[in-house]
Amino acid sequence: MGLALRALLAKDLRILGRSPALAALLIIYPIAIALLIGLALSSSPALPRVAFLNEIPPDQATVQLGRESINTTTYERRLFQAIQPVPVATRAQAIADVRSGATIAALIIPAELPQELASASQTAYVDVIYNNNAVNQSLVEQAIESKLAQANAALAAQLSRVADSYIDLLLKGGNLNFLGSTYKILGLVRAHSLLQAITAELPPSSPVRPRVEQVESFAEVAVQHLGGSKAVIGAVAEPIGVKQEVLSGHRTPLNDYAVAVAVSVSLMFVCILLASGMLALEREEGTLARLRRGLVPAGLLLGAKALLAAIVGFAVSFAMLAGIGIFVPLDWARVGLWIASIAVGSVAFATLGVAMGAIVRDLRAASLLALFVSLPLVFLALVPSAAVSSALFDAIRIISAIFPFKPALEALDAAINQSQPSLLEALGHLAALIAGFGVVARLALRG
Amino acid sequence: MTRLQARGLSKRFGSRVAVRDVSFELDPGAVLAIIGPNGAGKTTLLSMLAGGLAPSAGELRVPAEGGVGWVPQQTAVYSKLSVAENLRLFARLERVADVEAAVAGMLDQAGLRERADEPVGRLSGGNRQRVNIAIGLIADPSVLLLDEPSSALDPRQRARLWEFILTRVAGGTSVAFATHDIAEAERYAGQLLVLADGEMLFAGPPQGLRGAEHGSDLERAFVAFLAERGH
Ligand SMILES: Nc1ncnc2c1ncn2[C@@H]1O[C@H](COP(=O)(O)OP(=O)(O)OP(=O)(O)O)[C@@H](O)[C@H]1O
Ligand SMILES: [Mg+2]
Repeated sequence: MGLALRALLAKDLRILGRSPALAALLIIYPIAIALLIGLALSSSPALPRVAFLNEIPPDQATVQLGRESINTTTYERRLFQAIQPVPVATRAQAIADVRSGATIAALIIPAELPQELASASQTAYVDVIYNNNAVNQSLVEQAIESKLAQANAALAAQLSRVADSYIDLLLKGGNLNFLGSTYKILGLVRAHSLLQAITAELPPSSPVRPRVEQVESFAEVAVQHLGGSKAVIGAVAEPIGVKQEVLSGHRTPLNDYAVAVAVSVSLMFVCILLASGMLALEREEGTLARLRRGLVPAGLLLGAKALLAAIVGFAVSFAMLAGIGIFVPLDWARVGLWIASIAVGSVAFATLGVAMGAIVRDLRAASLLALFVSLPLVFLALVPSAAVSSALFDAIRIISAIFPFKPALEALDAAINQSQPSLLEALGHLAALIAGFGVVARLALRG
Repeated sequence: MTRLQARGLSKRFGSRVAVRDVSFELDPGAVLAIIGPNGAGKTTLLSMLAGGLAPSAGELRVPAEGGVGWVPQQTAVYSKLSVAENLRLFARLERVADVEAAVAGMLDQAGLRERADEPVGRLSGGNRQRVNIAIGLIADPSVLLLDEPSSALDPRQRARLWEFILTRVAGGTSVAFATHDIAEAERYAGQLLVLADGEMLFAGPPQGLRGAEHGSDLERAFVAFLAERGH
């Protein structure tokens, strides 16, 4: 048994080695696809190009609001996180850029903005100019709106602090600087106590008394309620918090997840293509019938093919992961878990591969079937639950669960990134699939 | 040594019956030629005898010792492997005691010693068939099944092949071979099995097929025999 297995493995490795084009295709193609998918997943979409014109003279960039000073360039910087600014010199050029399509929008900060902000009584505006492409428009709108909302919230907080200080002055008294002059403010609290003292000194029959008492009780009510009004202003300044919730899946940062995806994609392609291809080749050469007539038991033949594919797939994927490790920081203390997950995943893919190779009649059909099954599996496994209806997502989950890609990805993700579900759970899932596809392969080879 | 026995062998491919109810026996040292038109079921029958194809019905008894050697009609070799590597692989899988001696012997027998290290895919059709035959012979089996073994061989190699086979037959090996060469069947086979459309039309010594009216030409007698039965 061991002798036959070794003879078959050595023979297949030799055939692979003598088919450089096939070997290169099997190794380069999956790595290329894996890297592309990894890149697509890890790189954020390009920021929209927006023409940007700031008309505020640099010396007026800071706006004085009471005791607070606001620098408009702070908000400018915040905005640039959402767009790729293309500086322009004039409003006309900004509009021309949008017309020509060089930028998808133009954002203009008018010269009056600091004055409008300082007055605090009128709304300050920035100008946004779009061309008529709906998709682009919504893209820029979203980017700018979300950033403006942040700026507004920050401004509102500063304005409310300014209002608070005025209210404090009104309540407790103090000095008010206004237009270069300093005014002494008595404050309602002291005004109230002064009025109380005056009322106490007035004779009960004094005709002024009821009128002074009226003013005194007004001061008392004003002191009580102005204090509360600070809280109201604070509430208005507080923006509505965005409650974020990740509906399904991993808590792995996208970059690390992309590593797991890239490695499992390459593992899948190498193992499935190789296992199905080498078995189909055996049929194509006519040697399958020779081996099957008592020379090699079917289980051993399938096992040898699966083992070969798993070994090559493991080597390619592990080398790829180690290579990625040069660029992306990976936790090498977990290398044992990587090996376990890649090893079990490779056997699962290889078993699916031999099942495919046993079903089809020739090499080309095997390769086509491998691609037709593999590619959709990758995309199904990557569909986020929020993107489709729940019934469709359930269907996708079932399909994903009966093929090894999703559990192999989960195992790798768990091994590399410690994500949920656990490594053991994913490995158990893979073991069940290995058994299942092993049976399918065995039945298909009988026919 | 026991004999090869087939009883009521049938093979169905879907609705098509490729072989229907074939029975015969093959003693040690006997040579059987299976003849019949294209599509008669010769390859199907030999594949079942070789164990490469499961019969749909019937019984098959193969000698327990010595094994069965099979030379399929379509060459079944690894074209990326060299001649010697092909022979070595099958010698190992057949558990031949002295692998290298068996490989060397077969290289000589096939006349391919000079081309031992060439990939089989680069050989001519006839030379590829020599490798195909050598793989079937390498384990020195007690039953040898050959499916049109000589059709691609040059006359000299054909003679060498039969010379080799007959020395094995003298040692007790039973041989069943399919052929379209009636002269070859008559020259080497003690028994004929005529198949047409899967049915066994005749089984017995060549003389029985000839009959009195067809003279001495077995090929003409064979064609006339089939024509009388509507084939
Ligand atoms: N795998 C298969 N599937 C379906 N039909 C088959 C299969 N193999 C053989 N047949 C059919 O069985 C019949 C017998 O085929 P077979 O190859 O045994 O004929 P043969 O006597 O060897 O012919 P030839 O002299 O051309 O080699 C044919 O009709 C053929 O089409
Ligand atoms: Mg045939």
